[in-house]
Amino acid sequence: MDQQIVNAIFIGSIYALFAVGYTLVFGILDILNLAHSAVFMLGAALTYSLVVNHGQSFWVACVLGIAASAFMGLVIEYVCLRPLRRRQAPPIAALISTIGLALIIVAVIEQGTQGSLFQWLWVDGANSVAFPAGTVPNPIWHVGDLTLEARKVAIIPITLALMLLLGYVMRYTQVGRGLRAVAENPRAARLMGLDVDRMIALTLVISSALGGLAGILFGVAIGDISPYIGRDNVEVRGLAVIVLGGMGSIPGAVAGGYLLGIVEVLALVTLGGSASGGVAFAALFLMLVLRPQGFFGTRLRERI
Amino acid sequence: MDFFIQLFTDPVLFWNSHTLLISQIGINGIIATSMFLVLYSGQLSLAAPGFMAIGAYTSVLMELYWHTPLSVNIVAGTLLAAGGGVLVGLPVLRLRGVFLAIATIGFVEALRLGVILNVPITGEGLGLKHTADPLGGVPMILVSLVVVVFLVWRLTKGRLGSAWAAIRQDEIAALSQGISVARYKMIAFIFSALLAGYAGALEAHLTFIVSPGDEQYGVTRAVQVLTFAVLGGSGFVLGPVAGALIITLLPYIFLQAGPYLNVFSGVFLIAVIVFRPQGIVGRGGLAIVRPSWWPRARTRAPSPG
Repeated sequence: MDQQIVNAIFIGSIYALFAVGYTLVFGILDILNLAHSAVFMLGAALTYSLVVNHGQSFWVACVLGIAASAFMGLVIEYVCLRPLRRRQAPPIAALISTIGLALIIVAVIEQGTQGSLFQWLWVDGANSVAFPAGTVPNPIWHVGDLTLEARKVAIIPITLALMLLLGYVMRYTQVGRGLRAVAENPRAARLMGLDVDRMIALTLVISSALGGLAGILFGVAIGDISPYIGRDNVEVRGLAVIVLGGMGSIPGAVAGGYLLGIVEVLALVTLGGSASGGVAFAALFLMLVLRPQGFFGTRLRERI
Repeated sequence: MDFFIQLFTDPVLFWNSHTLLISQIGINGIIATSMFLVLYSGQLSLAAPGFMAIGAYTSVLMELYWHTPLSVNIVAGTLLAAGGGVLVGLPVLRLRGVFLAIATIGFVEALRLGVILNVPITGEGLGLKHTADPLGGVPMILVSLVVVVFLVWRLTKGRLGSAWAAIRQDEIAALSQGISVARYKMIAFIFSALLAGYAGALEAHLTFIVSPGDEQYGVTRAVQVLTFAVLGGSGFVLGPVAGALIITLLPYIFLQAGPYLNVFSGVFLIAVIVFRPQGIVGRGGLAIVRPSWWPRARTRAPSPG
C-alpha cells in the first residue's frame, strides 16, 4: 500500500507536469490544445530515438527532445492557432485543428520503421520500447519496505523545481506580467503595447517544452515509449487534472496531478484493476457537477 | 480513385459491394444530427458515444435475453438512451463551453470503463455477440437518416429552433426575453441523446458484435463526432451530415496514401478548418460552391463555441 502511494506520487508528478502545459494554454487562450498529448509522445519518442538509434548521450538527447517539443509549440501556434485567430474562428475550431495536428504527429511516428520515410525519427513503428538499462544512472534505495528507484524519485524534484520556476516567472517577471495581461484581456494588452501574438507563441513554446519533458520523464520512469503513450496515458487524464485543480490555474494543475495519481491508486487498491479505469472519469464528472471551478479556480464567473 | 469511378460507372455494383460502408455513413449521419442539435442550442456536449452505448447494449441485451423482435429492441434502446439523457442532462447542463465538453467526456468514459467493462452482463471487454439479422439492410438506415434530418430541420425552423438559436447566440439575452433557457437546453440535450441512442442501436446491428472499444464508445468516437459537426459546419442541419459523409469516406479519398492515411487526414482537417472555420456547409448553405450572384441567406448563424 505504501509502495502504491509512492508510485501514485511519481505518476502524479508526470500528470502535473503534463497538465501545466494544458492549463497554461487554456488560461491564456481559452483553448484546449489537443495536440499536447502528441507533443508529450514526441518528446519521449525523439529522445529514445536519439539515444538508441543515433548514439547520442542521454543528456544531449534530452535537450534536443525538449527543444523539438518547444519547436512543435511554434508549429501549433503558426499552423493551428494563429490562422484561426486571424479569421476570428470560434474556439471550437482550434479544437479540431489541434486534433488534426495530433493525428499527423502520431501517424508519422507510427509509420517510422526501418527503411521508411521517417526512419531517422523513429524505427519501432507501433511497438512499445524502453530505454536500455544504464541509460540513466539508477541507484535503488530501500527505505523500510519501500523500494525507491532514482529514475522515478528524480521526477518529483524536477517537477517541483520547474513549477516553482514557472510560478516565479509568471508572478514576478516582465514576461510573466505580459502573459497574465494577455490572459486577462488580449485587447487591453495589445493597447498597452504588448505583442500579443508573440506572447501566445511564447506560451505554446513553454507549454510544449513542459509537455515534451513530461513525456521524457514518463519514458524513463515507466519504461513504455510508443506512438500511443500520449493518447492512452495523459490525454484525457490531463483534462481531469486541470478540472480537478481548476481550469487555467497552475498550482491547481500541480495539485490536481497528485490528486488524480492518488485517487487512481486508491481505486486500484479498493476496487481492483478493471474498475479503477472508470474512477478518474467518474471523479472528473462529479467534480464538474459539484464544484466546476475546481479546488483552486477562482475566475469562474466570467469563464463558465 | 477506382472507388469513386465505380460510384458513377456502376452504381448498382457499388451499392452491393459497399453496403457496410453506406450503412456506416447513414448511421454516422444520424449521430452527426444528434451532435448538431446540441451545438445548435449552444451546448458543446460530447456525450453521444455514451448514449450510443446505452442504445446498442440495451437492444442487443434484450434480444439475447428476452428474444423480443428487433424493432422493439431498437425502440427500447432509443428510449432508454433518452432517459439517460435526462439523468445526465440534469446535473451537467448548467456547465458551459469546454466545461460541458469535459464533463460529458467524463460521463462517456465512466460509463465505458467503469460500467460496461465491469458488469458481467455486458460481456465486459469481449463485448456481446448476437445473431439478429443486420436490420432490413441499408434502405432502412438511409430512410431513417432522411427522416431524422427532415424532422430536425423542421424543429430548427419552429419555435424550438428560434429559442435554441437565441440561447446559442446570447444566453443572458435569451433569458431576459423570457426564454426558459434551462428547459430548452434540456429538450435539445434529450433529443440529441435519443438520436444517439437510435444510431447506437442501429449500429449494433450492422455487425454481429458490440464491443466496448475506445473508437466505438469512447473519447476517440466523441472527438470524431465533434469533427463531423465542426468540419461540416454546425449552422445548418446538413452541415454535420456532410461532415459525417466526408470523414467516413476519408480512408477512400486518401486510398493512395496507404499507411500515411492519418497524415493526410490531419492535413485535410487543418486545411478545412483554417480556410473555412465555419465549416464546409457554412452560413445558410454551401457558400464555397455558391456563385457570387446567388442571393445570400439573411440569417447569420455562427457556429457555437
